[in-house]
Amino acid sequence: MSDSLNYAYYPGCSGTGTSIEYDMSTRAICAKLGITLNEIPDWSCCGSTPAHTVDHTLSSALSARNLALVEKMNLSTAITPCPSCLTNLKTATHRMGKDEFRDDVNKLLDTPYNGGVDTKSVLQIIVEDMGLDALKSKVVKPLKGLKVAAYYGCIMNRPPEVMNFDDPEHPMAMDNILTALGATVLPFPLKVECCGASFGIPRKDIVMSLSGKLLDAAQDIGATALVTACPLCQMNLDLRQDQINSANGAKHNIPVFYYTQLIGLALGLDEKELGIDKLCVSPRKVINDIGAEDAS
Amino acid sequence: MEIVNITKSYDSSFVKQVEKESGQNMSHCYQCGNCTAGCPYTFVYDQPVNQIMRLVQAGQKETVLKSKSLWLCATCESCTTRCPNNIDVAHIMDVLRHMARREGYAPVPTVKSFWDSFLSSVEKHGRVFEIGLLASYIAKTGRFWTDVDLGPKVLPKGKMHFKPPQIQGKEEVQKIFNRFKEESRK
Amino acid sequence: MKIGVFVCHCGTNIEGTVDTAAVAAASREFPGVVFATDTMYACSEPGQDGIIEAIKEHKLDGVVVASCTPRMHEPTFRRTLERAGLNRYLFEMANIREHVSWIGKDREANTNKSADLVRMAAAKLLKNRPLFSKQFPVNKSVMVVGGGVAGIQAALDCANGGLKVVLVEKDTTIGGKMAKLDKTFPTVDCSSCVLGPLMVDVAQHPNINLHAYSEIEEVNGYVGNFEIKVKKKASYVDWDACTGCGLCVEKCPSRKATDFFNEKLATTKAINIPFPQAIPKKAKIDPDFCMKIQKDKCGVCAKVCPSEAIDFTQKDEFITENVGAVVAATGFDLFDWTVYGQYGGGKYPDVITSLQYERMLSASGPSEGHIKRPSDGKEPKNVVFIQCVGSRDKSVGRPYCSGFCCMYTAKQTILTKDHIPDSQSHVFYMDIRSPGKLYDEFTRRAMEEYGANYIRGRVSMIYPKGDNLVVRGADTLMGAQVEIDADLVVLAVGAEASVGATDLAKKLRISYDAYGFFMEGHPKLKPVETNTAGVYLAGACQGPKDIPASVAQGSAAASKVLGLFSQDMLASDPQVSVVDIKRCIGCGKCIQTCPFGAIKEIDFRGMKKADVIETICQGCGICTSTCPQGAVQLQHFTDNQILAEVNAICRF
Repeated sequence: MSDSLNYAYYPGCSGTGTSIEYDMSTRAICAKLGITLNEIPDWSCCGSTPAHTVDHTLSSALSARNLALVEKMNLSTAITPCPSCLTNLKTATHRMGKDEFRDDVNKLLDTPYNGGVDTKSVLQIIVEDMGLDALKSKVVKPLKGLKVAAYYGCIMNRPPEVMNFDDPEHPMAMDNILTALGATVLPFPLKVECCGASFGIPRKDIVMSLSGKLLDAAQDIGATALVTACPLCQMNLDLRQDQINSANGAKHNIPVFYYTQLIGLALGLDEKELGIDKLCVSPRKVINDIGAEDAS
Repeated sequence: MEIVNITKSYDSSFVKQVEKESGQNMSHCYQCGNCTAGCPYTFVYDQPVNQIMRLVQAGQKETVLKSKSLWLCATCESCTTRCPNNIDVAHIMDVLRHMARREGYAPVPTVKSFWDSFLSSVEKHGRVFEIGLLASYIAKTGRFWTDVDLGPKVLPKGKMHFKPPQIQGKEEVQKIFNRFKEESRK
Repeated sequence: MKIGVFVCHCGTNIEGTVDTAAVAAASREFPGVVFATDTMYACSEPGQDGIIEAIKEHKLDGVVVASCTPRMHEPTFRRTLERAGLNRYLFEMANIREHVSWIGKDREANTNKSADLVRMAAAKLLKNRPLFSKQFPVNKSVMVVGGGVAGIQAALDCANGGLKVVLVEKDTTIGGKMAKLDKTFPTVDCSSCVLGPLMVDVAQHPNINLHAYSEIEEVNGYVGNFEIKVKKKASYVDWDACTGCGLCVEKCPSRKATDFFNEKLATTKAINIPFPQAIPKKAKIDPDFCMKIQKDKCGVCAKVCPSEAIDFTQKDEFITENVGAVVAATGFDLFDWTVYGQYGGGKYPDVITSLQYERMLSASGPSEGHIKRPSDGKEPKNVVFIQCVGSRDKSVGRPYCSGFCCMYTAKQTILTKDHIPDSQSHVFYMDIRSPGKLYDEFTRRAMEEYGANYIRGRVSMIYPKGDNLVVRGADTLMGAQVEIDADLVVLAVGAEASVGATDLAKKLRISYDAYGFFMEGHPKLKPVETNTAGVYLAGACQGPKDIPASVAQGSAAASKVLGLFSQDMLASDPQVSVVDIKRCIGCGKCIQTCPFGAIKEIDFRGMKKADVIETICQGCGICTSTCPQGAVQLQHFTDNQILAEVNAICRF
């Protein structure tokens, strides 16, 4: 029922820059899957982590400005690919349930926001609103032989009271999508362990250690690629993989996809459209091996 | 280590303030250490998170607010998700950061500079201008070598723009920041 | 009526915030009151003697004591009246402690409120009438529900005391959780060697009738005369014929049946006897795995059975037992730990429960007493024990301490070292709770003599790495995050009310707490009684308990039953409903609302009327407020008595 798959779309700042391939692939697959994305006109930054470390009213106001814009679009649900944006949008909604806090937030805004917009991740609507069967039926190029580890990051599902999606300790949404696409999904033990988040610039050592452990774990289980749903996770694991290797004396060469890119490949979309060429660790070999008889 | 004179150093108003701003009841913590056990950042903390919780319970305001741990928490929600007493520990860490900022503590200057640069970028442009953010961070910290190795990876792929984003509502966003600053001064 | 009022100081409990002398003075003005005084401790011997003297001196025929809650001392003062020659129901109590002095600090307001409460009590007392108990005979046999160690102890003590005992056990054998244990703390003696003889005693005792693989279906009647319907579940084996030879088990080709006795560590045959010392030692078929029952193929057991005991068509059977008392001893079950996703949620085979570990340690267990990892059968070297899994954890709805896990974990570390001398045990704990005789010494021994490494902190996650498991926890004393590469992880899973406990409580009409544990009559003074006469508790059904405490309760419950049955006749409580036959229109509404089935329909000169069975009526009063005619009155709480109190308080 493609009628109902109609959402306000919040790309998030990184979607215009460092995670442009996430935005590109999200738009491409949604078009192919009959999911209508209506970009929120003139959306602004949610404030991300820095805003909530300074003040919760400020943080919620930055999110609420966007939610108020969605209200004007007459759409009930806003979706975003980015878990950090999602956390901020959801936390703002959650906290603004209390009158006093809502009033404080609205004092900072030109247009007050009074609630009523539901927020979800693109991942959630693919799994819940569209459904895996519908997705599976559109696969033209199964990802046969691709051995992947799905890494969800720390805040896609946590805290469960706010995020209200999937299992907070063992999320399965991406695992199930990738299985539906024909890939071999390996049991990744550190699905929700933090990658080091935004400490890459101010405290690179933290990311070297935490993301390093994730790459080690992926290698331990024999994954040939990691799959993420978070721009920051992807950047730490992909863009910083060489830094991690030299910091830890490791030799990882593991491509790190956005799950949307892999959906796109399975749907037969053009690599260019999915921003495959934007990935730092080359996925060439891994992609070439897809479908090859017994890739191992 | 010095003797902690609890009679003199216990600051009950601090405990109450943390409880008020976080909406959490500090007495619910029974010090099981589960937050510390799951915290990915314990290895860089000066005080493990359960000790931060203990120090707040004990009203040790200064020791808490000068802790580096507050600035190294990424709000990954591990502690909150697994707390057996349903305490929103990450929320408390956030609130302690707010208090530390207000009191002028910044024991991990690079983190504060990064977050400040990020927010001024949002304030200025309405969205984050990534190259501008990096430039501002380097200007603040003098750490000109930051991620120079990544430039060649990112720039040719067109993943970073040299021109700041242009949104019509950027004045609206600036007003959010201005009003926030006004409210904070009250 | 000449009423005397006694206002108690209760030391400073009441006098601290109530002017008792002023309450006594005010009372002298109330209708019917001819004498009033304050007294230091009304319940003390001099206090009671003062009441008796006043009754005689002032020719009192009614008494009000203003003191504490009637739950505690109403029986005391009723006996005082009887000693002075008055009927026990010519007494009223005004609760000016729990309802006044303990809850307010305003002395003047408290004094006024106390006077009002005395005024109400006196007004009701004026309407009180002497009431007399009736005598009814007692069936001196007892049903014990649950054949774990508490139930076994209760059954044996009752049987040795000369009572007929019906023991009902839901599994095919008695023994309960204790039968699954390898050793017991703090003596490290063999569990089945201690329990075995008691189980045999049960089987051989002429006074005990054991219904194994049976459950309580329905309970009717009242103290002294219960009528209980028992469901004997179909075992597909005629137990009268079965000799327990085990030939059927040996020949059964279906090997995939769930082995509940071994905590699912292994599988078992479709026809099975749980363990060699089972009492009764009878075979049972698991119909889900029996090829004959499922597909009408096989039937080997029937062919080999020398006593022709196999009966594939057997159905559940219902029998009725008449007993005078019931002891509930239904024990506990383990918390379902798989809600802890951070511990793998059941996905990692080498994360097991403490009870599974007991089966592994036991010589009669699936690995014959060898500790082997479920994943690959290897002997573990590093064993991690995690305490408080499903205990003291609000986030999973189990805030209470299960009490015995600290001790069995210490025991398991000792046994681990005994079995595998080059092994190392690590125990993550929050607090060590070992307040029992030789208990703390035992936990110290685990550390000092057996080298168990105790780490003070919870475990946040377990994840697999290669063949092993990484256990990430905190050592809060060291102030550090710690990781251990474990070969095997044993979870000290907490106790919860046994499956079906609340259903049984409803049938027995006893209360249970928010977690399904049965409520004792009084937390300190009535530990094995319930609020339903003739129903007693023993063991972990009342709350988590270790073996000695369960046994003590089994004996305590038995002594209560023996005490109850020391009389041939029991006195009924006259505070029951009575139907005024002239006013009753036979509408039957009271019959429908009575929660105890205490009202029946009778034919009175061709007219339908309600009639209360005095021995069943519990005096709850629901019928009195249901009756449209006011024809049902609860004695001692009649409409007139209650209205007299209302009038006394609503004077303006």
